[in-house]
Amino acid sequence: MTIDGARGSALPESSLPDASGHFGVFGGRFAPEALMAALDELDREFAAARQDPAFMGELNDLLKNYAGRPSLLTEARRFAEHAGGARILLKREDLNHTGSHKINNVLGQALLTRRMGKRRMIAETGAGQHGVATATAAALLGLECTVFMGEVDTERQALNVARMRMLGAEVVPVKTGSRTLKDACNEAFRDWVATVDDTHYCVGSTMGPHPFPMMVRELQRIIGVEARRQVLDLVGRLPDAVVACVGGGSNSIGAFHAFIDDKDVRLCGFEAAGDGVETGRHAATITGGRVGVIHGMRTYLLQDEDGQTVESHSISAGLDYPGVGPEHSWLHETGRGEYRPITDAEAMEAFALLCRTEGVIPAIESAHALAGALKVGRELGPDGVIVVCLSGRGDKDMETAAEYFGLMPQGEGQ
Amino acid sequence: MSAKTAYDKARAEGRAALVGYLPAGFPDYQGAVDAARAMVDSGCDVIEIGLPYSDPMMDGPIIQDAVHRALVGGIRLADVFRTVEAVAATGVPTLVMTYYNPVDRYGVEAFARDLRSAGGCGLITPDLSPEEGGEWIAAADAHDLDKVFLVALSSTDERIEKITTACRGFVYAASLMGVTGARTALDTGAPRLVERTRQMIAKRELDLPVGLGLGVSDGAQAAEIAGFADGVIVGSAFVRRLLEAPDRKAGLAAVGALAAELAAGVRRQV
Repeated sequence: MTIDGARGSALPESSLPDASGHFGVFGGRFAPEALMAALDELDREFAAARQDPAFMGELNDLLKNYAGRPSLLTEARRFAEHAGGARILLKREDLNHTGSHKINNVLGQALLTRRMGKRRMIAETGAGQHGVATATAAALLGLECTVFMGEVDTERQALNVARMRMLGAEVVPVKTGSRTLKDACNEAFRDWVATVDDTHYCVGSTMGPHPFPMMVRELQRIIGVEARRQVLDLVGRLPDAVVACVGGGSNSIGAFHAFIDDKDVRLCGFEAAGDGVETGRHAATITGGRVGVIHGMRTYLLQDEDGQTVESHSISAGLDYPGVGPEHSWLHETGRGEYRPITDAEAMEAFALLCRTEGVIPAIESAHALAGALKVGRELGPDGVIVVCLSGRGDKDMETAAEYFGLMPQGEGQ
Repeated sequence: MSAKTAYDKARAEGRAALVGYLPAGFPDYQGAVDAARAMVDSGCDVIEIGLPYSDPMMDGPIIQDAVHRALVGGIRLADVFRTVEAVAATGVPTLVMTYYNPVDRYGVEAFARDLRSAGGCGLITPDLSPEEGGEWIAAADAHDLDKVFLVALSSTDERIEKITTACRGFVYAASLMGVTGARTALDTGAPRLVERTRQMIAKRELDLPVGLGLGVSDGAQAAEIAGFADGVIVGSAFVRRLLEAPDRKAGLAAVGALAAELAAGVRRQV
């Protein structure tokens, strides 16, 4: 980390947030008073744990020998032929144990849970990847685990519900509101207010009240740290762009952060545009939202003129969220990050293309990044080098994909 | 107008104040106004009008259900101000309890101005702390409005001091760790929380009553709380009466009956 008080206003952008969790005007802590003591404790414990060689040793050991880090950087040559000839390097978070980048964050928070003397973890999940990762870490460390998941998502990601239950977690389908990720977050906060003495809320993305956006970023930062070293080894220079999908924003901030102070590297985040931002049925928070407060943070969000949250829409459960991590709002505002929308159709086209050109089935979330890479590649031309965060694998999405592409023969699809 | 005037009046009568909550727009605009007036007629000293919000992350199932119905019924911010106006016309101090985003979206200064001109006396802000609340505090001071922040069982003395210093009207002590919803037994930490809050009020030489809420459902509990707090705050139990009533008339009668029971409770003091 590069926190350096002596440099005053010349601090690099990567040093944010400030002590109370602000990235410029974004972030902060808009939380019920009942949680303030727990949030302060978490902030203190995380700071102490990072300075504790025993804690960091155990975390690094788990990342290496359990999660399988470092993840590979795979060059996608045939896929790149469709991207203006730019070199496309896939950061293979899909190869991590449990199949996505989520495990990086969860292992850190699970160790923190134990360090704080708590016996139970709760989590919200959209696509189920964070829920599976949390259930996995809970099983590994002998913690109880409850996962809140919108009822709509339990249906479109039924396989992940079964995985979580196999791992010993309780999965609670949330039937309120839009019955998707934001409602799962509400329910997790409600549980936490009542159980905070013995329970840690393992927030799954760079969102929520301080210190979560900072802490989750620090735990996901390894994606970009590894990728930066790998691309230098492979290409001999920094990439022209780092590309990732943005829902809550943890894989993207994880991929971006080590490059923030490399001003020549474009940081390109791709949001889920659903049917298209102009239709109103989308989850492109930065493109189509405005600044407000949700789930404990000030950030861009989809809201109406009364400040009511507008339901988001995306074929990808993991991006189907009306808010976004506050650091992304900040990177957008300063212009350091570029945020653009990718529709369901564009994402599914890129999904199929990666399957058929590289033999890699991506998560539909990650397919938004791949579709973005096709655009950025065409902008850069054949000399371009792009790192794409392939945040997860697509096994969980086979039913959605089969239905989308009509792969189920008549009568077998039900 | 400040909610404190109602607390002062109750104190002069040797009892605790009764504070009742209902969301605007539930069961519909007029139904909420009628129910709040019934609560006033039967003994509520202060009314909190809830501003229905799409993501009520501190509320339990009863209030979630009611505000969801209010939103589905088409309640808008302008209706909330109209509700405040209709209830404040009874002469009882009327506050709005709201999550922060609708205030932020409306414009904090404009919200304070319009609340004041509707006759409202302030805001209760469950997800806004004094640390993040600078803009609201400035607007409230400019428009002579109450600022009611919450203290919790888990609050440190340092935080209680900071929070009480930022309050005007009263301090809202959340009596248990959890979301809104009637409970059968009061958490035993509540008297201690009220005591700690009063110590900080005395330390800073403030003149602020302490109301206790979350989980109060009947007259016996109200009497118990009235024994150690300046005010008894009741929300979900009123909402439940409306939700469970077979029709409008029965709902109003049930709400009035509960208010009367609670009003007797705050005069009984265990």
